[in-house]
Amino acid sequence: MKKLQLLFTAVIAVALMASCGNTGKDKTASNKKAKTITGAGATFPQPFYNKIFKSYTKEKGLLVTYGGIGSGGGIRSLKDKIVDFGASDAFLNDKKLADMPAEVLHVPTCLGAVVAAYNLPGKPELKFTPELMEGVFMGKIKKWNDAKIAAVNPGVKLPDMEITVVYRSDGSGTTFIFSDYMSKVSTEWKEKIGAGKALKWPVGIGAKGNPGVAGTISQTEGAIGYIGSEYAFAMGIPVASIQNKAGNFILPSVESVSASAKGEMPADTRVSLTNTDAADGYPISSFTWLILYKEQNYNDRSADQAAQTIKLIEWVVSPEAQKETTKVHYAPLPEAAVAKAKAVLGKVTYNGKALK
Amino acid sequence: MNSEKIFKYLLVSSGVLMVLIALGIVATLFVGSIPSFKEFGFGFLFSTEWDPTEGRETYGALPFIIGTLLTSILALIITFPFAFSISLFLGEYFKDGALPSFLRSVVDLLAGIPSVVYGLWGFYALKPLVAELGLNAQGFGIFTSSVILAIMIIPYASSLGAEVISMVPGSLKEAAYSLGATRFEVVRNVIVPNAGSGIFAGYILALGRAIGETMAVTMLIGNSNNMPTGIFDLGNTMASLIANQFGEAEGLKYTALIEIGLILFVITGIVNYIGKLIMKKLSA
Repeated sequence: MKKLQLLFTAVIAVALMASCGNTGKDKTASNKKAKTITGAGATFPQPFYNKIFKSYTKEKGLLVTYGGIGSGGGIRSLKDKIVDFGASDAFLNDKKLADMPAEVLHVPTCLGAVVAAYNLPGKPELKFTPELMEGVFMGKIKKWNDAKIAAVNPGVKLPDMEITVVYRSDGSGTTFIFSDYMSKVSTEWKEKIGAGKALKWPVGIGAKGNPGVAGTISQTEGAIGYIGSEYAFAMGIPVASIQNKAGNFILPSVESVSASAKGEMPADTRVSLTNTDAADGYPISSFTWLILYKEQNYNDRSADQAAQTIKLIEWVVSPEAQKETTKVHYAPLPEAAVAKAKAVLGKVTYNGKALK
Repeated sequence: MNSEKIFKYLLVSSGVLMVLIALGIVATLFVGSIPSFKEFGFGFLFSTEWDPTEGRETYGALPFIIGTLLTSILALIITFPFAFSISLFLGEYFKDGALPSFLRSVVDLLAGIPSVVYGLWGFYALKPLVAELGLNAQGFGIFTSSVILAIMIIPYASSLGAEVISMVPGSLKEAAYSLGATRFEVVRNVIVPNAGSGIFAGYILALGRAIGETMAVTMLIGNSNNMPTGIFDLGNTMASLIANQFGEAEGLKYTALIEIGLILFVITGIVNYIGKLIMKKLSA
């Protein structure tokens, strides 16, 4: 008993000392050195972020952690000021920007595609027009051998099989990109379903996360769903080529996704690329963004923490990191977008003074 | 202070802490769901609309309340014959020996398997089977989830039953035998009336577990937010909806989900309370 008591006292004493030590350090927070950079948000670009943040940590010796908690979670974390940066596939609209406690900047990091992936016996190559997309995903076309599908895909043997639509059951930036596209090409979709991170689906099965949808498609004959391209390519699921605004059927690829970003970009980089005008552009493409506060002195962050955060994001848009995008089936930023991203980063301040 | 007293204070304070935590959970759920309640009122309980699209957001809990009750009650019905047989087998027919102890370990093992593993097994083994049988097109849905839930709750439903059945006084059973009763008659007229409340308590425990189960259900139910039309239709449960949608939820949807959590909490409370009432009646 005596020994136990002694041990107990010792443990408490150590714990107390440790906590005192911590508060001592916190007092000098404003000039302390950055040890880790923390970000959280979208899962759509997560394979890319995981890859480059790992190599950044290795090269520069500064630990970067990224939590794939979803775009909404990323925005909320930034709002709660518990991360150095957030990440989102959908840019914050004006209303959401106004809801944030301080001015928020968007930095695009790469381009990705959302693909229509399907599971049919024999893995035929399929083409989809916007009308077919609307018909299938709204449950108006119920069978794979429907005359409307056959008319666009002459010569393809289509089975007499029920179409099972698979969608994301969790709120997701991928859903936003897909529904943003659908709302642009279909007025009926826009009126009945609309664009958002979670939707009211008239038909289909919900599965959790990009991996969940990919798994459900590959396990269910006759299924079709939308996923981030990386997940379809990684699992070898066939994807449809989709007719773009210019009338061409385009397969998702690094080139066709890059092509979709040819248009003008506003200074704050908030632009939707879906249903692109580019003749060789894949129509369901999107930028994905890192978001951060313009004024970096919040929540007792040190000047070094702010400087290191900016350095990291600058590196993300540098050629060294951008060349990694294609290895995980994303497309690098076009030069114009890199210039815009750098201009945005130039606006960042600490205590009102420019960081660079 | 002597160790006697310290021990007593430790016990009292941990007991009080538990009560405080439970109250704290209710309080946070309650406060969190106020904005949603203000917007939808009691209509939230009866509305079948779950439309998260910006500009026309409306939320209603009915499809998920129905989905939760349907899956868990169906699971209880499916599990009943198995759980009851196991209880009788272990509590009355074969109390000791290698086979019963093996069976007991296997049933206990069922309770220890993480629910995501059940979900995985359901996804790769049970779902294709349901589709093969032609019960519905893809094999997902309320029925499939109920079967998985039924397997998951067998240990909860059976072990308490076995325990109370084995505790039925031997003198009662012997008296019945001496009057010429067969074994089945003893089970029906002596054991079940005597152990009834305990067996029932096991089922309530199992139902509570089925109501709150999340992961395995999410993987199999199809996560459709429309009102289910039958037991082979797709659906969604309250727990599964929260797990799915919480990550990205903001504003009104965020508080609607918290309100769903509160309803789930209340339903679990009501189930337990009804269970206690019936148990009291049975044992009286």
